[in-house]
Order: sequence, then C-alpha cells, then structure tokens
Amino acid sequence: MVTIVEQQPSQLTETAPATGARPRSSYWPFVVPAVAVVGSVIIFPWAFTVWMSFHEWMVGGTRRFSGLSNYARLLSDERFLASIGHTFVYTLLAVVLPLIFGTLAALIFNSRLPFRGVLRGLFVMPMMATPVAIALVWTMMFHPQLGVLNYLLSLVGIPPQSWVFNPVTVIPSLVLVETWQWTPLVMLIVLGGLAAIPSEPYESAAIDGANVFQRFRYITLPMVAPFLMVAVIIRTIDALKSFDIIYAITQGGPGTASETINLYLYSVAFAYYDVGYGSAIAVVFFGLVIALSLVMLHLRQKTKWTDIQGGA
Amino acid sequence: MAETTGSLTRRTFLASTAAAAYGLGGTLPALADVNWKKYAGTKIGVNLIKSPRGDVLQKFEKEFTDLTGIQVSSEQTPEQQQRQKAVIELNSGSPSFDVIHISYHVQKRQFEKANWLADISAFMKNPELTDASLTESDFSQAGLLYAKNPQGQMLSLPFSVDYWMVYWNKDLFAKKGLSYPQTFEDMVKAAEALTDTKEGTYGFVARGLKNANVPVWTSFLLGYGVDPVDANGNLMTDGPEAIEAARLYQRLLTKSAPQGVAGFNWSECQSAFLQGKVGMWLDGVGFAPPLEDPEKSRVVGKVGYGVMPRGPKAQASATFGDGIGVTSASKNKEAAYLYCQWAISKIMGARLLQAGGGVPFRLSILNDPEVRKGVKMPPTWIDAVAESGKISKLGLPVVQPVTEFRDIMGIALTNLLSGGDPAAELKKATEQFKPILERSEKA
Repeated sequence: MVTIVEQQPSQLTETAPATGARPRSSYWPFVVPAVAVVGSVIIFPWAFTVWMSFHEWMVGGTRRFSGLSNYARLLSDERFLASIGHTFVYTLLAVVLPLIFGTLAALIFNSRLPFRGVLRGLFVMPMMATPVAIALVWTMMFHPQLGVLNYLLSLVGIPPQSWVFNPVTVIPSLVLVETWQWTPLVMLIVLGGLAAIPSEPYESAAIDGANVFQRFRYITLPMVAPFLMVAVIIRTIDALKSFDIIYAITQGGPGTASETINLYLYSVAFAYYDVGYGSAIAVVFFGLVIALSLVMLHLRQKTKWTDIQGGA
Repeated sequence: MAETTGSLTRRTFLASTAAAAYGLGGTLPALADVNWKKYAGTKIGVNLIKSPRGDVLQKFEKEFTDLTGIQVSSEQTPEQQQRQKAVIELNSGSPSFDVIHISYHVQKRQFEKANWLADISAFMKNPELTDASLTESDFSQAGLLYAKNPQGQMLSLPFSVDYWMVYWNKDLFAKKGLSYPQTFEDMVKAAEALTDTKEGTYGFVARGLKNANVPVWTSFLLGYGVDPVDANGNLMTDGPEAIEAARLYQRLLTKSAPQGVAGFNWSECQSAFLQGKVGMWLDGVGFAPPLEDPEKSRVVGKVGYGVMPRGPKAQASATFGDGIGVTSASKNKEAAYLYCQWAISKIMGARLLQAGGGVPFRLSILNDPEVRKGVKMPPTWIDAVAESGKISKLGLPVVQPVTEFRDIMGIALTNLLSGGDPAAELKKATEQFKPILERSEKA
C-alpha cells in the first residue's frame, strides 16, 4: 500500500505526456495573479521600506544614500529603546490578562448557567465596539477628577488614582482597556476548545477520585492548550500592532511612558516626516515580530494534542 | 448682528468692506476696481483644518460663489491629518487643492523651505484683485511676521490669531481675598493660596501632556525676555532663563495643579476649570466660549479674562495663528487669491469673532465698535484679547522641525512633573534637539 502511494506522483508524471497534459511552462499564467498581488502589496512595499531605510530622506527635502547610518542612530536613540520596552511590557500584559480572564469566563459559560446564551451575548459586546469610540469613553472614565473610576474607588475608601495621567500607571491602565475589550475573544476560543473535549477522560477521572482542581489541571488545561495557543498568537499579533487605543487615550504620554514602537514610528514618519529613519524603525520592528512569530510557532507545535497523547 | 445671519450679496459685501476701509483710511477706496467676477466659472479646491474657522468658511461658501461665480470644492480635515495630507500632496507637485489653510506655528518654515506657497505680494498691490482696505498695515505685527518669508514676500494672508491669556475664577479669588496677579511671582503666590486639596480646589492648571505643554513653558520663557531660538538661530532652551521658566512651570504644576496634570491637554484643563474648582488656567483665547455656556459650565459670569502677568524681564503673550494661502502649484492662483481675500474679509472676520471661533489678525475688525457689539463673549474677554495683541510674541520658534522641538522639550517638561531636575532635563533635551535642527537647516 505504502509503495503504491509513493509511486503515484512519478507514475502521473511519466504518463502525463501520453494523456495529453500541457507542458509545465503553460501553467504559469494561472500563477501570475497571485504573484502580482503578493508582489505589489507585500513584497514591493517591504523592499521599498528596506531601500528607504538606507537613505536620509525628509519629506519635502532631498534624498541621500546614507548606508547603515539610520540603523546606527537607532542604537543610541533612547526614545526608540524605551519604546521597545514599552511594547513588550504592554504586549505581555495585554496577552496574559485576557488569557487568564478569558479562560475563567469560558469555564463559567461552559457550565449550565441560567440565561447562559443571553449572558454570553452581553459578554462579547465589548469586542464589537470601535476602538476609538472605546478609547474616548475610557478617557473620560479615567479622568482623575471627573471620571467614574475614581468615584467607584472612593465608595470603597480607596484614594483617587491618576490612571493614564501618571507615567507609572499608564501602561497597566491601557492594558485594562485591552483586557476589557479582548477577554471575550479568548473566551470564545477557549469555549470552542472545551466543547471539543470528550467526556470519557472526565468519567475515568471521576472513577479514580480526582477532584475539581485535578480534573482542570490534568485534563482540561492540557486538552485546551492548543486552543489557548491560538488565542496567545492572535492576542500577541493584535497587542504588538496596537495603535488606536493608545494613540486616542494618551498619544504615548505622559512624556513617553506609553509610547510603543508603533507610536514612535508614526511620529517619526508622519509628524517629523523623516521617512528614512522611520523606515529603519519599521524594518527593525518587522525583524522583532518575525523572531517572536517563530518562537510562537515552535510553541504551537509543542502544544498539539498528538504530543499529549504520546506522539501518536 | 444681521451680518452674521443674512446671506451676503455683492452689494452688502462691498458696502461692509467699504465702510471698514473708510473708517481706517478716511477716504473711500476704489472698490469698483476689484473685478470679483473676472474668474467666474473657475473651479478651485480648498483644504481646510477642521476647526471653527473652517466651519465658518464652509458655512458661507455659497456667498463667495454668488459674489465671484467661482465654484469651490472645500474639505475640512482634523488638524494632524490635514497636515499630513497637505505635505504628501504638496510634495507630489500636483496637489488636489488651490487654497491651503495652515497653522503658522507648525508649518510656516516647512512651507517656506519647500516653496509650496505662491508669492501673493503682487496680487496685494493689484487694485483689480485686492480691495483697498486690505493692506499690510491692517494686520497685527505677529500676523505679518508669520505671513512673510525672510525675503519679505507675502506668502499667505493672516487669518486667525490665538493669544495666550489667563482665565481666572473670580469667586475663588474673592473667597481668599486675592486680586488678579500682575507678575509671575504674584501668580505663584495666588496659585498656592488658592490650592486646598481637601476641598478639591486648585490654584492653577495648564497643559502637562508632552508636545501640548511647550507653549506653557515658552509663555513663561518670553516673560524672562528670551525666545526659544534667538535671531541667529541659536537654541536658548538650556540657558538660565529657560531653567527659571522651567522651575516656574514645575512649581505651578506640581504644587497647585490637579492630580494627573502630566496627562492633561487643553480639553482636560478646560473640563477642570469648567467645574469651578480651579483658580487660573493659562491657555489660548479661543477656548473661552464654553466657559460662558450655561449648559457646559459652572462658572458662567464668574470668569475673569486676564492678560498674561509680567515676567522678571518682560510682559508677553505667546502667540500662535492660522493663515490661508495659494499653493504655488495652483493653475488658478488669482481665483484662489480671491477666496483667501474673502476668507479674511471684514464680514467673515466679524462672524468668526462674534461666534467666538477665532480672533482675526486684522486690526480694523478687532477695533470696530460695531463688530465688538455683536461679540457674545463678555467685554472683558475682548479687552484681554486686544491687550494681549499689544504684547504679542511668537510662542514657538520658526523652525522646520517644530513638532520634534515640541515633542523633545515637551518630554523634558513632563519629566519635571515627576521630580526631574530642570537644568538636567533641559540640557538633555537641547542636546537631543540640536542635531535635528542643524540637519533640517542643511536639508
């Protein structure tokens, strides 16, 4: 059986001329549309960005080849280096918190609650709202004197906080908005995973006397791990490219306390019109994203069910 | 007030302009010489900043078409996006618009260096194109400084000016037996006396958010007799005066301002002042209308409008402004110029002033008793505006990388609010900005 399967392609190739198949070169017109689209919307902009990054180029000014000077400038640019740190802290929190709360919410909504359908519908509503509209509402809620959050804190005797108006608390406060908006997405993904878990392992565990925590730790968590990994990948991509909420609420402030690479890149390219340097930042950011993606793809492979089942 | 509501006919437009010119010059100009209909049928594109100024122009656009027969296609875009769009289109060499509304304090140098604006000096001297009441001497000094390039060419028409003044809560001052401060020192004392954190009242508020906060500091710096960049292009941002101005900024915003001021732009400052819990707010004159609106404000009738107090060396009101000009790439320069002239005409300026949407650069409008009668704001506001005009000085340096200047100095100023040392922060910021300025001048 195996031999036949292995021989099939070669058999097809050998018999192709006899069955009247066209020569290999006649297939290329079918590939052209896809190549043209990928080339024009992905490869060309990317190559052009790399090319621009080797130039000193201000919009409205002259263009001059400058080699790697833009990259050298990045190494001593405190604002850029700080923005890398802000990006990773923001991304880490904006992935981990929705993951924890989304998983908990999925476990709750997976049980037989009264009005479960209605409650699920309400729970996913933040995900459907426009980020900029959300940002404006939260900006008002965060206001130290007029915002509702400090009013709520005052009801339980907690002193007022500065939220996004303080360099120390700004990133956690922005992550609060991200968490509020994107926990439902994680919940939906994990809920799908929970629905796919068969009942037999739980029955066996019940016979063996496993308690609730043990069932979660040794059955539920490993079985939903591939789904959690999907949620991690989606959230990481989303948090890394986050721009709208941060820009609308703080514009990277106070000072540069919430300035991520995206925001700094935007300022350099579109407020300072330094497209050469902006392109160098974009290229480095692209490299960081690729590196992170490879790490996540590796982790994704490790969380497959086949591994859990002993590599079957 | 009929001027603000009725539609404009050629006759009323000419009559109002003639009256203004008569009042200024004492003789009737040869208005008939302006041939408004000469470019009838021409189509022009107008790129406006989303603002009360842009709103007024769009609202009465049809009157311009009725007057001239020129078809206008105008577009308003939010400030930041408008700047980006303008730069990209102008850089392409074939912009989609003939008229451009610019923020002088951000775009002046950039537009001059790139030669994006047409020289309209000759148009202004042409009686067939320019009403006799429109003369250079009718613009305030700041307006002319903004509109002309270093060679003395007129590249735009000064449209609307924004002086910085102090809004003060008369009730809070009266409760403490204080009067409006005349000097920086008095201002600090009053701010600290008015501050009572237990009561939730604060003596002073101004912008703490990076970039937006720089005009607050330059307002103080001008009082120390120093411009951020001197006449020779040297940065004066880490000298003793700059450090003293930064100390003043730090003291006012850390000891007398509401919690979270480091993230405040003008809107948060305005919200705080509207609640009646803040003694003084330093910002532009254009933010006044909501303060007297009973639906938005708890301080209606209680607001004093003060001219910027005197600093140790000078009394100065930091000044910013908008202009309107013709693009050098335009193929309809004369028609576009007629639009610009209409935009800053007496009737349009009066509408702008009376609605509180802006302050015209033209003195003949600002000083006209009839126009002043129609202003909805209290007389003390317009008095403060007029007085600020007398001590007006440019609030930001005229350099191309002005946004970087505002960002870099703004970060230093925000750092002061977390306890940074003024001398060290300004030195670091100046060192950071210096090569950027040098690079831009060479480009």
